[in-house]
Formats: sequence, C-alpha cells, structure tokens
Amino acid sequence: MARHEVTFPITDEAEILKLRAGDEVVVQGHIIGIRDRTQIRIFDEGVEPPMDLRGAFLLHTAPGVRKREDGGYDPVCIGTTTSARMVRFTEPLGAQYGVRAICGKGGFPDEAIEPMQRLKMVYFAIVGGAAALETTQIEEIEEVAWEELMPECLWKFRVKDFGPLTVGIDAHGNSLYHDVQSAALKKLEELYARL
Amino acid sequence: MSVVATGLRQAVEDAAAYLYVWALKDIPQDLRDALLDAQQRETSVPGRRVLDTIVRNVEVADDQKNLVCQDTGIAVYTCLVGEHFPLHPTRIYEALKAGTERATLEHPLRSNAVHTLTRENTGPNTGYRLPIVHWEFIEDWDGLDVKCVPKGSGSENMSFLKMCVPADGVKGIKQFVLESIVGAGGKPCPPGIVGVGIGGSADYAMYLAKEAIARPIGTRNHDPHVAKLEEELYDLLNETGIGPMGLGGDVTVLNCHIEHADTHMTLNPVAVNYQCWAARRASAHVAADGSVDFDREA
Repeated sequence: MARHEVTFPITDEAEILKLRAGDEVVVQGHIIGIRDRTQIRIFDEGVEPPMDLRGAFLLHTAPGVRKREDGGYDPVCIGTTTSARMVRFTEPLGAQYGVRAICGKGGFPDEAIEPMQRLKMVYFAIVGGAAALETTQIEEIEEVAWEELMPECLWKFRVKDFGPLTVGIDAHGNSLYHDVQSAALKKLEELYARL
Repeated sequence: MSVVATGLRQAVEDAAAYLYVWALKDIPQDLRDALLDAQQRETSVPGRRVLDTIVRNVEVADDQKNLVCQDTGIAVYTCLVGEHFPLHPTRIYEALKAGTERATLEHPLRSNAVHTLTRENTGPNTGYRLPIVHWEFIEDWDGLDVKCVPKGSGSENMSFLKMCVPADGVKGIKQFVLESIVGAGGKPCPPGIVGVGIGGSADYAMYLAKEAIARPIGTRNHDPHVAKLEEELYDLLNETGIGPMGLGGDVTVLNCHIEHADTHMTLNPVAVNYQCWAARRASAHVAADGSVDFDREA
C-alpha cells in the first residue's frame, strides 16, 4: 500500500490512475464542499453550479462556520458526512462536470465502481467524525455559493496536508468496501453455523 | 413558579447549555481508554490508520478546544427525576430546550433541526418535539440527574428493528444484530457502541436500544442472562472483519450494550441503535437546592 501526495484540481489523468485501493493519500490545493441539497439543485433542479468542477476533489460536508463582518466565513468545525446517500450523483459528476475525486465517509455501494472506472475517478475515505483535525487542515474558505442552502452550500476550501485519506474505490474497478462486505458475508455464514 | 422553582429552572437550563457543549468537546475517559485499546489491538493497515487519526483528532479537539465531530447531532437527554424534586417535568423540559438553544446560538454550534417534510430549519437545534428526552422517575428522592447525549445522524441512520418470533429464540436475536452491523458497514463511523433493545414492544425495544448506547463503555446489564449475551455479541461482532470506518480490520465495535424489558409471550422484538466512535455524553446531578455537580463519567 503506497503513500501519495496529490494536488487538486488535477489536469493529468495519470495522477488518478496511479492510486490503488488501500493506498494512503494526502491532498494539497483546493477542494470543493458539496452535500445532498447542493447536488439535488444541480441535477434534479437543473441549476448550473457557479464553480468550475473540472478535475475537482469534492468533499461531502456541511461545515460549521462563523460569518465575518466582511461577509466571508471562518471555519469553526468542518467534518465529513456519510457518502452512500449521494451515490447516484457519481456518474453525472464525472460525465458532465469532469470531477475526479469524491471524498466522504462510510464508502459508496458497488454501483459506483463501474462509473468510477469508466470516468477515471476515485473515492477517498476520510475518518468520519475526525472534524477537529480536519478543521486544522483547512487554511481558508475562499468562496461560498448558494448561501441560501446553508450549510449545504457549494464551498471552496484551500487545504494543506488534508488527510490521511485511504483510497476506498480506485479507477481500476477495485473497491475496499466491496471486498470487506464480501468477506464479512462469508464470515457471517460461518458465525451463524456456530450460534 | 415559586422562587425556588425559578432558581431551579435556571439551574437546569444552565446545566443543559453547559452539558451540550461539554459533551461535544470532551469525550469521557472510558471512551478514550477504549479507543486507545482499539488502536493497540488493530492489525490491518487501513484500520490502524483510521484509529491513529481518531486518537490524534481527540488530542486536537482538546488542544484547540474544538468539537470532536462537526455533527452536533440531535440533543437527546435522559432525565432521572426524583419524586420530590421541586420542579415539574414540564418546566424541566422547557429548561432543557432553552439550554439547547442557548448553547447553539452562543457557541455557535451547527443547527441541524429541520421540519421532516419541508426540510426547513426549525430553530437552534430545537423544534417540535426536539430536543428528545427520556424520562425515568425515582421514588423517595429529591434530585435530578440529566445526561446529554448528542446523537449524530450517521450512526442514527443505522438503526434497525426486527420483530423476531419466539421460535427464532436467542439465535434470531444474535443473527439480526450481526446482519445489521455487517450491513451498516462503514456508514455509522465504526468502531462504536452497538446498542440493542430486546423485549417490550416495537417502540419500546428501540427506546431501550438508545438507553443502551448511553451507558459507560463496557458496563454490563444487571441481569446475568442479558450480560452473557452482551459478551457473546461483543466477541461475535468483532469477528465480522468490518473494521474501523468499514475499511476492514479486527476492531468493528468498542462494545455491545443491551437493555431489556419483559414482553408478551408471542413477541421477541430486537432493536439496534448504533453509536459512533465519538460516543459523546456528559451528565449533571442537580440537587433540590439548585446546586449542580457535573460528572463526565456517568
């Protein structure tokens, strides 16, 4: 299991292809915060997002923030939410907007594996609940769009040493979640026989 | 209200406001110990990475005086009310609600409360029937114990109920708990506390499962039959290999707690309520004279 440092947004697809399920990754550059209502607005209500998502790293979040007098926001506590609720947006995020990475907690079900392989995308697993640490890795909230959806706005963060993340699903058709579930279901049969 | 009651109401409100923020920032020692123990036991590479990060995160929260997790949850309180406590539960509820609101606005904390259908925010972590309070009444006592358990949605979404039948027996209960936790995978932020409620009725089993997650880690049920099942399930769950954050490993749960009630001869309900690794809770003992003792370990 290799260790990588990747800067987002990425322009070279090779940066994604070198990542393998189980690898450790630390992220630099810019990441974009997104959540249920943000994606419902983009895809179900057909509203174009006012940020460029090409090559982007999306984080499933709804940050706790404090509004400054100049209208900007300071982070109070920024963490990550459960990804599985938002799996249906994976294919259109990659196909229509060129998103390269989605980061959240708890993983995506198997339906994400095929589009991630076809569109050369990865899923990064973060440690859910480790928000105190995550907040220290966010240098600045640079942009906020759709403030009326607070806290489920579209957020642009500049990050430093964001992680450690684990590649949960890679662009080669491998998913740690799939492997762990298959092994656990097999184990259950053995445990049931012992009960 | 009398002068005494006005003072008490304020004491309960202040206690609630303090408990909510305290629970979110400073996790109990038994949980810290359990996480360190898990870090030592874990052998998988991604699992160890997760537990190292969790332990580092708890340290950062201490250093920065920040919240351990961004999900401020729904505020759940359990109240043990002495029959001679001089403030009626109506006013206790009012005080808990006011304290929750104040903590949310003053800190500020993220407000999660929405109307179930319109999804519009209903207030600073308050709304119709929010916060949620579990009540228990104690005879021959004039005190009040309040425990605040902010409950995150990632783990609450992993709640399951099955109306097993008597013929399913204890084996049916074990199978359902195992399949629930395997099915939940990494979503509820494992390794956490698996709360199980058995017996009673459908609704009461789930209520008991929530009571179970609020106990100090590794405490055992007073009924030896139930305590034995807690031990068995704890071991079985850690054999599933789901691991920290569902990435595979040895530590899937920190423990398994069970609460039970006697039930109908044809019922065998089993409810599962998951509590994430950041199993936050904080307690206060309020005396009849309004003095308050805070207690992180209760």
